Amino acid sequence: MISGTLAFIARLISGATARWTAPLEPGRQRVFFANHTSHLDFIIIWSSLPPAMRAMTRPVAGSDYWGKGAMKRHLAKKVFNAILIERPSSGSGNAISAASQSIESIAAGMGDRHSIIVFPEGTRSLTGEVLPFKSGLFHLCRLKPDLELVPVYLANMNRILPKGEVLPVPLIGRVIIGAPMRFDPAEDKQAFLTRARGAMLALRDQ
Amino acid sequence: MDMSLKGLWLQMMPLGALIAGVVGLLLIASVIGGILAGTTKGEQGRATVANLNARIRAWWIMVAVFGVAMATGGVGSIVLFFLMSFLAMREFMTLTPTARTDHAALFWAFFLLAPLQYLLVWAGWYGMFSVLVPVYGFVAITSRMALSGETDRFLERTATVQWGVMACVYCVSHAPALLMLGPIPGYSGNGATLLFYLVLIAQLSDVMQYVWGKLVGKRPIAPTVSPNKTWGGFIGGTLTAIAVGTALYWATPFTPLAAAAMCLAITMLGFMGGLVMSAIKRDRGVKDYGSLIQGHGGVLDRIDSLLFAAPVFFHLIRFFYVP
Repeated sequence: MISGTLAFIARLISGATARWTAPLEPGRQRVFFANHTSHLDFIIIWSSLPPAMRAMTRPVAGSDYWGKGAMKRHLAKKVFNAILIERPSSGSGNAISAASQSIESIAAGMGDRHSIIVFPEGTRSLTGEVLPFKSGLFHLCRLKPDLELVPVYLANMNRILPKGEVLPVPLIGRVIIGAPMRFDPAEDKQAFLTRARGAMLALRDQ
Repeated sequence: MDMSLKGLWLQMMPLGALIAGVVGLLLIASVIGGILAGTTKGEQGRATVANLNARIRAWWIMVAVFGVAMATGGVGSIVLFFLMSFLAMREFMTLTPTARTDHAALFWAFFLLAPLQYLLVWAGWYGMFSVLVPVYGFVAITSRMALSGETDRFLERTATVQWGVMACVYCVSHAPALLMLGPIPGYSGNGATLLFYLVLIAQLSDVMQYVWGKLVGKRPIAPTVSPNKTWGGFIGGTLTAIAVGTALYWATPFTPLAAAAMCLAITMLGFMGGLVMSAIKRDRGVKDYGSLIQGHGGVLDRIDSLLFAAPVFFHLIRFFYVP
């Protein structure tokens, strides 16, 4: 019930109605990957999904933000059923091993039935421009090559609640959910990330 | 006791009659829509009829909402118009190219200026009601945006935010402000009746311009702004609305001639409001401001004819009728 109410409030604040450009078959394991400009992003995507799909979809969130404080931790663990990961802080010596640990904990969190929501830019964009993708999406796909990859484009979220602001302004956001794409094991990392980012950007003009 | 009941009856009678008339009109429209749905051939004709019926269904809902708001007296109407202002401004600001740094000014517009303006309507404080947005809002929004330090397109950004507050909040709030006008000598009705009359004539003119436009409309008035607004639709629609408004003069403090003049003002300003909002939509490259009301687009698409008509109607009555 809490999750239904939260989903309703999130849709109310963002005014967002999801546009599905292609039908998604039920029961598949997939990765929703979206652009990231606002703390609202994953809640908005999560609330746009039909309730049955929403129940099977876990957002991936940084434990540095969502693991702090009893309230946030409760929301992340019990309501959103989030997979909390350590974000590798840039510059630290063991960033690479932390990153690969994160990918493994995401894969473990998915099991063989959960889908996830990720933001492959790794951080919130200040300008609203879509940043280059970090390689996490590629490494996850190498670990689980059968996943369906669904690009999601979020418009206006950076105006509703920009990075650094606490109070939202009630403008109308948009959620555009694209056609699923597949991982191709023959493709190299850069080509794959460019293709995935291109699929997301193509939704911008839909 | 007897006297006050009679007074209440006299006060509510014109409003009740107007509402009954609108419900009757909608019944006729629904029947015509049903017949057209069964008889119209061709893909384009069917699409037009489907859109017409969606509009009629939405009208039932809008009339029901408006009726409930009126039935709860002043507060209900004020709350309803506040919500419409809020949703209209949401649609407007979404299309406005503001910068990241304008967040605080936008927050003030939505959560300070809009509620304050309607609180003043509710409190009946005319002096502050008429200056809050043009004086204090003007100063506050410009100053806040300067403080945030972003100078790129500064005048364009401040001007559009202010324009949004003026149009969506200040102008629209003059419709429920009719409730706070003092008693009009020799008129037993009340502000609620005048509010209903204004909305009825403005919306009827809109609807009849659409109907006449579909029937006889050929030459567009301003083809670069809105190809759907034709001379045929404009003349037919406004004349129909003026005729109905004049026939309803008994519900107002106006003589038949004054009622015709008032309706002329409402329909002309209603047309201009729609035209101006269309020009903005055209510039921003969208067809509708939103998609909240089935067949009608957004809230702002539905109330654009009230933007200019409401404040002028309010001030005409205040000038000529309120001592």
